[in-house]
Amino acid sequence: MNWKTFFALLSRDAHVARRNLLPMLLQNLLQPLLFTFVFGRVMTTSHMIPESYKSILLPGVMAISMVLAGVQAVAMPLIAEFQFTREIEDRLLAPIDIGWLAVEKVAIGMIQALFAGLVVIPAAWLLMGSGLKLDFGKPFEFAAVCLLVALFSSAGGLALGCSVGPTQIGLMFSLVLAPMMMFGCAYYPWSALSSFPILQIAVLINPLVYASEGLRGALAPVPGQMPMAAVLGALIGIDVLLLVLGLKKFHRKAVS
Amino acid sequence: MGIGIRIENLRKVYDTPPPMAARGAGFSFTPVKSAPKKKLEVVALDDVSLEIGAGEVFGLLGPNGAGKSTTIGVLTTRTQPTSGRAFIGEFDIWKEQVKAKRLIGVVPQRPNLDFALTAREILVFHGAYFGQSAREREKRADDLLEKFKLTDRATHMVRTFSGGMMQRLSIARAMMHDPEVLFLDEPSAGLDPQTRLLLWDIIRDYNRLGKTIVLTTHYMDEADTLCERLAIIDHGRIISQGTPAELKATIPGGYLLRLRFDRAPEELMAELRKLPGVTEVRTADHIAADVYADRGGQLIGPIVNTANAAGIELCDVHIAEPSLETLFLHHTGRSLRD
Repeated sequence: MNWKTFFALLSRDAHVARRNLLPMLLQNLLQPLLFTFVFGRVMTTSHMIPESYKSILLPGVMAISMVLAGVQAVAMPLIAEFQFTREIEDRLLAPIDIGWLAVEKVAIGMIQALFAGLVVIPAAWLLMGSGLKLDFGKPFEFAAVCLLVALFSSAGGLALGCSVGPTQIGLMFSLVLAPMMMFGCAYYPWSALSSFPILQIAVLINPLVYASEGLRGALAPVPGQMPMAAVLGALIGIDVLLLVLGLKKFHRKAVS
Repeated sequence: MGIGIRIENLRKVYDTPPPMAARGAGFSFTPVKSAPKKKLEVVALDDVSLEIGAGEVFGLLGPNGAGKSTTIGVLTTRTQPTSGRAFIGEFDIWKEQVKAKRLIGVVPQRPNLDFALTAREILVFHGAYFGQSAREREKRADDLLEKFKLTDRATHMVRTFSGGMMQRLSIARAMMHDPEVLFLDEPSAGLDPQTRLLLWDIIRDYNRLGKTIVLTTHYMDEADTLCERLAIIDHGRIISQGTPAELKATIPGGYLLRLRFDRAPEELMAELRKLPGVTEVRTADHIAADVYADRGGQLIGPIVNTANAAGIELCDVHIAEPSLETLFLHHTGRSLRD
């Protein structure tokens, strides 16, 4: 393993991400934060929604932000770099096994996902005003969930970025990301689906469900919460699956 | 000490649409599984064997789609051969990719510069990928920018660059880590004559340092002036190889007269074969004839007379002096630019 090259690749991506920091933050955080303001502040202050909803919403918004940030941080540049200009070729020729380039992309995606998730907490806190009750008493569970969520979002970005062409980006958002967000138990706890038993089972294929439930379980658990062991197990399984799939697709895309 | 290249029985069959020459334009996502498609098979390389000496300037000459870029793709680890082996120095390119990659620099057919970076950053990061120290890569980047006359644009994003500037920067990038073997895929395509001469000088200078240069081209003059040895490639096969002089010497007669008549019956061909100095006559489309001979213009008179005697009109004449172009025509029956 050639660490010098790996860190050089990482620093290239970090350099580009830093340059695009503001658009990146707006792209990934504006929509979740607007949602937070409307539902967590406007609707609760006007008593249309009970104040306790604030604590249910925040972990979900954090999950969505992390997933969007991770997926986009990896998928969007990859789609651009793999199109006919083949910008990525320079890095494929770097003296390192090309699989490590994919791993590096996942690493930079994880960093961006974690960053987005951590920015959301204070931002949402400010937007929601008083009444938010978060419990940071389980730091290890919280950290483990954060890492696993960051990994699945950027590994998912790798798989998506290597299977979608530039003309299909819009399709990817409307077909993959939009339903994922709506049925990701981000805006409501999983237990709220108990009146829709079929849906409650069906959403279990959605990785965002485990992200939302995991973060909710770590920060503001509700009755009927998905058990933490199940969440962690599912996240690990999804991580491995998406990583293997992403690496495979990357190889197929990178070598002709 | 230079590094040589060896290619043994290389074969490449694409079962998906082959990438565009510089590889790319990939849409691998097929959302609709339509009726079973005919299995696509494109033979890009068919049993190619080559030896390129250390410190040599070697040219791969052929028309578009001949297999030049696929050869470069295999030699630069970017294309997996279907069968056969290739070596850079002692390293099997496919099995010891990382070691092979350290030795090579690649200038692609179409610039694939990193659009997210400035010109200087492209060079500096490239140096970093190859493990150069910060001081070393800064210095080399500045030297190369100077050499390629890009210093005043060093801090600009490359997406604003003209085609020629991108090409120069691509070459600078390929030289950044001082590779032993430099691959250039159609380096002068789209360059103005002045930049082309600058490019040739740069290639010669780099070769003088003992580096091996492999370039593909479909320009005869480029192959002729730049390359010490050549392989002519068409339909994935090596048709002929040797020094430019050796190759030209293999053309029967040397001169090629391309003739067009209002009709060209076999009797006329037989008469043409009897003319002095003619070594070979080939006919095409019942109106055209390629005459290989040891003389050029002097043959026109006798040809006109022969045609007149048979009541046939000569419509068009083109005389080609001994060149790689005529060599290519001789071997493939078509012009390089067809």
